[in-house]
Amino acid sequence: MADQTSPISPAATGTSAFLRACKSFSLLRESPVGMIGAALVLFWVLVAIFAPVLAPQDPLQSLQPFAKPGTVFAKTGSTLWLGTDHLGRDILSRIIWGSRTVLIYAPLATLSAYVVGIMMGLTAGYYRGWPDTVLSRITDIILSFPVLLLYVIVIATFGASGSNIVIAITFASAPGVMRIVRGLVLDLRNRDYVAAAQTRGESALYVMLIEILPNARGPLIVDACVRLGYVIITIGVLGFLGLGLPPPDPDWGGMINEGRKMAMVFPHMAVMPSIAISSLVLGFNLLADGLREISLRD
Amino acid sequence: MAEQNPAHIDPVLEIDGLCISYFVRSGEIPAVVDFSLTLAPGESVGLVGESGCGKSTVAMAIMRYMGQNGDIVGGTVRFKGRDMAGMTDEELRRLRGSQIAMIYQEPMAALNPSLTIGAQLMEVPVTHEGATPDKARELATQMLSDVHLPDPERIMEAFPHQISGGQQQRVVIAMALLGKPALLLLDEPTTALDVTVEAGIVELIAELSRKFNTSLLYISHNLGLMMEVCDRIGVMYSGEVVESGHIDSIFSWPKHPYTHGLFGCIPLPHADKNTRPLVAIPGQLPLPHERPTGCNFAPRCTFFKAGECDVGQVAMEAVTSGDDKAHYVRCLRWDEIKHGNEAAHGDIQAPAELGDFILEIDGMQKYYEIHDTSISALFGGNKTRYVKANEDLTFRARRGETVAIVGESGCGKSTFAKVLMGLETATSGEVRLSGTSIGNLPVQQRSPQQLASLQMVFQNPNDTLNPSLTIGSQIGRVIRKFGVETDRKKIRERVLTLLDTVKLPREFEWRKPRQLSGGQKQRVGIARAFAGNPTTVIADEPISALDVSVAAAVTELLMDIQREHQTTLLFISHDLSAVRYLADRVVVMYLGQIMESGTTDEVFSPPYHPYTEALLSAVPIADPLVVKRRIVLEGNLPSSLNPPPGCPFSTRCPRHLGSICDTDAPAVQFNADRHGISCHIPLDELRQVAPVITIKEPVQETRHPLTE
Repeated sequence: MADQTSPISPAATGTSAFLRACKSFSLLRESPVGMIGAALVLFWVLVAIFAPVLAPQDPLQSLQPFAKPGTVFAKTGSTLWLGTDHLGRDILSRIIWGSRTVLIYAPLATLSAYVVGIMMGLTAGYYRGWPDTVLSRITDIILSFPVLLLYVIVIATFGASGSNIVIAITFASAPGVMRIVRGLVLDLRNRDYVAAAQTRGESALYVMLIEILPNARGPLIVDACVRLGYVIITIGVLGFLGLGLPPPDPDWGGMINEGRKMAMVFPHMAVMPSIAISSLVLGFNLLADGLREISLRD
Repeated sequence: MAEQNPAHIDPVLEIDGLCISYFVRSGEIPAVVDFSLTLAPGESVGLVGESGCGKSTVAMAIMRYMGQNGDIVGGTVRFKGRDMAGMTDEELRRLRGSQIAMIYQEPMAALNPSLTIGAQLMEVPVTHEGATPDKARELATQMLSDVHLPDPERIMEAFPHQISGGQQQRVVIAMALLGKPALLLLDEPTTALDVTVEAGIVELIAELSRKFNTSLLYISHNLGLMMEVCDRIGVMYSGEVVESGHIDSIFSWPKHPYTHGLFGCIPLPHADKNTRPLVAIPGQLPLPHERPTGCNFAPRCTFFKAGECDVGQVAMEAVTSGDDKAHYVRCLRWDEIKHGNEAAHGDIQAPAELGDFILEIDGMQKYYEIHDTSISALFGGNKTRYVKANEDLTFRARRGETVAIVGESGCGKSTFAKVLMGLETATSGEVRLSGTSIGNLPVQQRSPQQLASLQMVFQNPNDTLNPSLTIGSQIGRVIRKFGVETDRKKIRERVLTLLDTVKLPREFEWRKPRQLSGGQKQRVGIARAFAGNPTTVIADEPISALDVSVAAAVTELLMDIQREHQTTLLFISHDLSAVRYLADRVVVMYLGQIMESGTTDEVFSPPYHPYTEALLSAVPIADPLVVKRRIVLEGNLPSSLNPPPGCPFSTRCPRHLGSICDTDAPAVQFNADRHGISCHIPLDELRQVAPVITIKEPVQETRHPLTE
């Protein structure tokens, strides 16, 4: 029954990637979990985009130190909904601006890890033999190190900056991606359409990128969502350790670190950015669950 | 009891007006409609139909195992007189596996790979009869010897992967019979097995059914097999039984146009690609939610009459009644459709003209090296062992000729295809295509002309096309790659012409493979292979994954295109019926070696190689006029890592001569020019062998085309 022709007009399948994206989204609507995840992610994306409009205060301006949530700032009469930190900066505004850091560097780092991981995985899985042995051993070595140590080594060597965060995360995450891609390729390379491409003399690069990679996209998209969540945590950790973006730019991890020292007295300083990180990570994880659910259904 | 007329005994199973539906997102989908069946003890009934007709759903409904979204929406199922709808889950659980047992298609999937066979078998008596482990072990061992497994004690301790597929299926049968079931459901029990293994299993099931007086419900798509194993059959189409009755009656005088169409699709011995081509059934199976009103077969039926066939549900009508002669048909016009005198066939074609030798294979060998790193191998000194996938293959093919390479799994036919395509290189020997040697040229080193002139049609329709690309772009890529056309517009034109050639609508250019049915995908695969105007096409089991009516259409298409382009076709198959139908020459392979080769007529008549003889005997033929000599091969296929030193077939040969077969490799004896048999038995003796298949003269009116 499954292999019968379904009545879909050529317009729906032919050219419009937008329509297909809409169709995938309408499928996601059937997974409540996925919808919650998508809503959380969308919320933070919108917050990041409209940060200048949404933030009530300047995130760097010192207003009144250690204000509790809900305090009314005497000079301007505005309410500080989430309070201020030890330097008197508005926490709400810092969280809003901080979302930009996370939502720029996390996807960038994930993408970069994927590009490197996919290249390695395709090469290892497609050629097998010694390229596979060499690449697999390299990834084994990297994966055997504690991840935190890797970050510290990379950032301590190259210095703390946005691009170095991306490099450090790529270095630590690409091996994981490589393993998944390699596994998928080992299966897909035995398909008849791959043999068909080989027997018409296609180059290895063509076979890998056109015949194999697109058909591995399902599991990779799900994995990318989960991984994006981990990368957000990682960026938080780096900020916490002082290896993130140099101060005074708002950074969720850094804010938690600053709040940590006063956590017993003024818990809101650490709790508020923690909630921000958790909700965004949760969003990506739920989205991944939803995608997996609908991909298993058909 | 057993000698009595089955009608006087209480039936084991009575199904009356059963309707089964699946409930999915888009609503209710009726899978089976108005299904009735009565099964007496010891009787064997078959359900035949193409995929999606609902035959497996019936079996699942009998077991009351419908999954999350399936439900019985009407009718009753009575087992030994009790309505199964009234049974509790606990009662059903006790029934399953003891009173009703089921055998599935894939034996490896039916056995737990992490438990020994003994442990899995002993579970049955322990669970259902409360037997002690000792007693259970005794019963299980006894049952293993009942299913003719050699050395039952050893098999009890073995894990499923340690025995062959045929042995696994015997274990599954033993497991099913351990509960002494009154009813055995067999869902395609031999489809995954080789023909010679199938012959053994079929014989075993029949023998055991007699011994234990078990009723059998066979489910299969294979009409030939049904004829050999069943007393009565029901032919299903799109969720309904369209015709049912005694096998003699159905196979000799099918009344329903669909049953008739099915027979036109099977390559029976009298079919011939030039004088009596197959006729495929036009159109395709309707989707369950898009069934027409009235007769489901109406849109594909040549006897369709508007205003009669497309109104209201069609009921079963009796053609003949009586206890064992009952023959029912679900067709309003069966009486009006008259029988002609000439057998059904398509247009007569002139035989293809053969040209020069295009493909020459001379002493080709393909060995795979295996490096044994175990300690014993290290001390023994033989660290490298060889898998002899192809040993000394020699044959030639002319332009426009169809050469079939026949053999069971593991005979090296796919390895041979890989060497030809350049995905592997030959270990030694020559492979020449149009005079140039290509045996040692891997695909990367072949010129575009060489690549274009040798293309392949693959076996699995779901695997042959890249799911991410449109049909048009996949065919277009081949045209561009081989430089047939370079201009964008001209490439598109050629893609559309090719779609016309394989009889697919032009809109398919924009479709993705998942929107196509299996047969349609296989047509695209053929279009792709022929896009570069090849001189030789290798077809590796191109129709074995397709339904009967679809396979016929694809076969005819392949033949038509081949005829038109004068292409040499290497047809790799295990299906001797298809091979007899379409091949000019046949090469029979066993364990990497050629046993016999010659023209189709030469190979299919004496003198035979003993292996060819066994193969011919094993293939079920759906024609009551065909009489076969039964030869069932014993034993398993030897490993190609350690083949017998003499004749490869010596371990299973029913005509084994003596020690010469075990020690010396036989030379090729030529019966006629290019008809070689590789055997120690003298040709004169082989010529004495009676033909395996004889065709009786029809005594009464038999299957003929339907005319109005």
